[in-house]
Amino acid sequence: MSATKLKPVDVVVVGSGVVGSIMSMELANAGLRVVCLERGKSFDGDADFHKPNVYDELKYDRHSDIFQNLARDTLTFRNNGGQTALPMREMGAFKPGEMVGGTAAHWGANARRFLPHDFAMRSQIEQRYGKSFIPEDCNLQDWGLDWDEIEPYYDQFENIFGVGGKAGNLNGEIQEGGNPYEGERSRDYPNPPTRRTYQGELFANAARSLGYVPFQGPSAAMTQDFRNLYRVQMLQCVSGGFCSSHVCAQGAKANPLTSVFPALMRQPTFELRPLCNVLRVNKDSTGKKATGVTYIDARGNEVEQPADIVVLGAYCFNNVRLMLLSGIGTPYDPRTGTGVVGRNYAYQQGSSVEVFFDDLEFNPFIGGGMVNTSIDEFNGDVIDRGPLGFIGGAYITTNTRGAAPIKGKPVPPGTPRWGAEWKKAVAHNYRRTMSISSHATCLSYKQNYLDLDPTYKDAFGQPLLRMTFDWHDNDLRMINYMQERCVEIAKAMNGSRMNGKNKGTHFSLVGYQSTHNVGGAVMGADPSTSVVNKYLQSWDVPNVFVVGGSAFPQQPANGPTETIGMLACWAADAIKESYLKSPGALV
Amino acid sequence: MSDNPIGASYVYLLEPEVRFLEAAVEHLIPTDELGPGARDAGVVVYIDRQLAGSWGTHGRQYRSGPWLEGTPQQGYQSRFTPQEVYRIAIREIDQHCRKAFGRPFAQLASDGQLRMLQQLESDEIALPSFSSKFFFDLLWRNTDEGYFSDPLYGGNRGMAGWKLLGFPGLPSGQYRDLISSSVPYHAEPVSILDVQTGRVPIDAEGFPKHVMIKRDKEQ
Repeated sequence: MSATKLKPVDVVVVGSGVVGSIMSMELANAGLRVVCLERGKSFDGDADFHKPNVYDELKYDRHSDIFQNLARDTLTFRNNGGQTALPMREMGAFKPGEMVGGTAAHWGANARRFLPHDFAMRSQIEQRYGKSFIPEDCNLQDWGLDWDEIEPYYDQFENIFGVGGKAGNLNGEIQEGGNPYEGERSRDYPNPPTRRTYQGELFANAARSLGYVPFQGPSAAMTQDFRNLYRVQMLQCVSGGFCSSHVCAQGAKANPLTSVFPALMRQPTFELRPLCNVLRVNKDSTGKKATGVTYIDARGNEVEQPADIVVLGAYCFNNVRLMLLSGIGTPYDPRTGTGVVGRNYAYQQGSSVEVFFDDLEFNPFIGGGMVNTSIDEFNGDVIDRGPLGFIGGAYITTNTRGAAPIKGKPVPPGTPRWGAEWKKAVAHNYRRTMSISSHATCLSYKQNYLDLDPTYKDAFGQPLLRMTFDWHDNDLRMINYMQERCVEIAKAMNGSRMNGKNKGTHFSLVGYQSTHNVGGAVMGADPSTSVVNKYLQSWDVPNVFVVGGSAFPQQPANGPTETIGMLACWAADAIKESYLKSPGALV
Repeated sequence: MSDNPIGASYVYLLEPEVRFLEAAVEHLIPTDELGPGARDAGVVVYIDRQLAGSWGTHGRQYRSGPWLEGTPQQGYQSRFTPQEVYRIAIREIDQHCRKAFGRPFAQLASDGQLRMLQQLESDEIALPSFSSKFFFDLLWRNTDEGYFSDPLYGGNRGMAGWKLLGFPGLPSGQYRDLISSSVPYHAEPVSILDVQTGRVPIDAEGFPKHVMIKRDKEQ
């Protein structure tokens, strides 16, 4: 079958989530002809996500049609190279999206910047503790970015996504009420911080009694009505829950649909093509230049879209898979440790403790939008890791998400799993429970990687991505320590009972954890350990930019979305300011 | 089925399956002084509708072989859909009960049913086709969903599940002013079904009007 060849455009963007929407907006705004290809459906925010139907836990959290349709495409998984990877047949630990707006359409609005330490973790750890302090099989590496050069792009993203918070470090001056351990900010958040909940107040008092500095962590659900950098209006969050997994009917949660697309669709040089599944990036005979992409359209036709610049802005998994399917960059070989595509896949560690109070009553259903009170003493490299014997960190938080009735009803330890006693416990505790959790780093290891599965195929006959991943000793010791800190805070709150949870010794696909999959096409200063340079540009094919969580060399504690947005702004600027003037390798 | 307290009708489930499930879910979430159990809250109707719909045939799951058993960490690897699992497992459990006790599960005495469910959960019953725990876990997951999801789906009748928790259902626009409040908020729950059928009015923003519950403590 010969593909229909379309007229060339300046830029073809794969994916319409945080990266695809922002890069399309920035590049179209610079006058470039941009085509954005999205495998999922397009949505009309007013018609498709309306009240009351958005407040449906079963539909959006369990049987969602805005998550990836696994019938067409999934990945295979195994804990180690000795096992046979099997397909992820139903959604579990993570839930990538499949719609215009991408995974961010159903994100939880956690909009934390990373810390300056996160970008230079290897060099700073080596300097403070020595080279041998890093586990031998850990592929920890610096990002090749300086805080000062990227800070303005964090600021830009926060003004697109209307992030609410209180600065803790404004131009080097520590600010009361903010996070004193954050990286230096050039200006405050565009919106005020979230208001503290009753649960947050209890957490803050307990944290202070232990000598920590509590603050309201940032949120990308509007804390007031807000018009963003693209002149798009968003409304104040009502705190009605149904945030993560859901799309906000109030238009209060920043995401590509609410924050970018209303302005992007007015760009005369922009075209969105939904229901188009990209198969590969095409290269010319030299193999050093991309000529565009080939995709299958909704009618099943194979279509070639020539373009001068290709931006891969899909979810982590698909960015890596498209690189492998297109033969761009050398695939990682775990036996020799050579090659780069698929190397340094990482996830997110975490733990939590539920605290039960017989004598207090909360309104656990009021919340959402990442309303949280947090501490950062255990994040980055604030406390000395020497005596602890591990690297990595966590923020510790109480996050009032809006407890939904199917998944949000924890019971104290010793409660039977079902039956009359369980029913009594659920009835008693639903309104008397709050959770303290740690949200922690996940480092990259030689044994954890992504490649193409030898057996299983997607609906288009292409090999599925194969994930080989498990938790490693350093990270397990780190999370045990963080869990002990959560328990200390819980004890200081004088609850009646508590129930701790962690992710177990082996990573499991069963049960939701977080949609924070990163790495596999990482950025860096050395082509032998990275797929893209500091401008997210392929070392091998300089007119291909691979932008997103796929570029993280390892996973910091703070949640990936804010940094994915920052990198989109940063890469778009590199294309506009540097690449267009002199197309070719920027490094 | 002569006793059909909730006037239910079924799309996929057969009569013996309904009897099996009504008995089973009533043990999982029993009727007591706190309110209706799973049977009277319509959980079997919920399960029936789910089995008849896209989830019951794994419409959005990856369905290509080879089918290997896998590790617990690799998740659901059965080549059978929930429709098939319910049909096959209920038949096999009833066969086991007939052989062991001379009658199907639904006709066992209450404590016999309870004991059987415990044995299914702990995988002590060797069913020909599946691990009995595999079926039990699916049944418990669906029972929990059916009891606490919106009544739109046939379960949670009378919002029994939400009343049990003190969950008000759809949010009120008032919440934006109550985020920092330490005063317990108690309202009659409102469901999507209530708004769709016009039983509960909505305000200009589309939020339902909550009716507050007067409680003894506050009077």
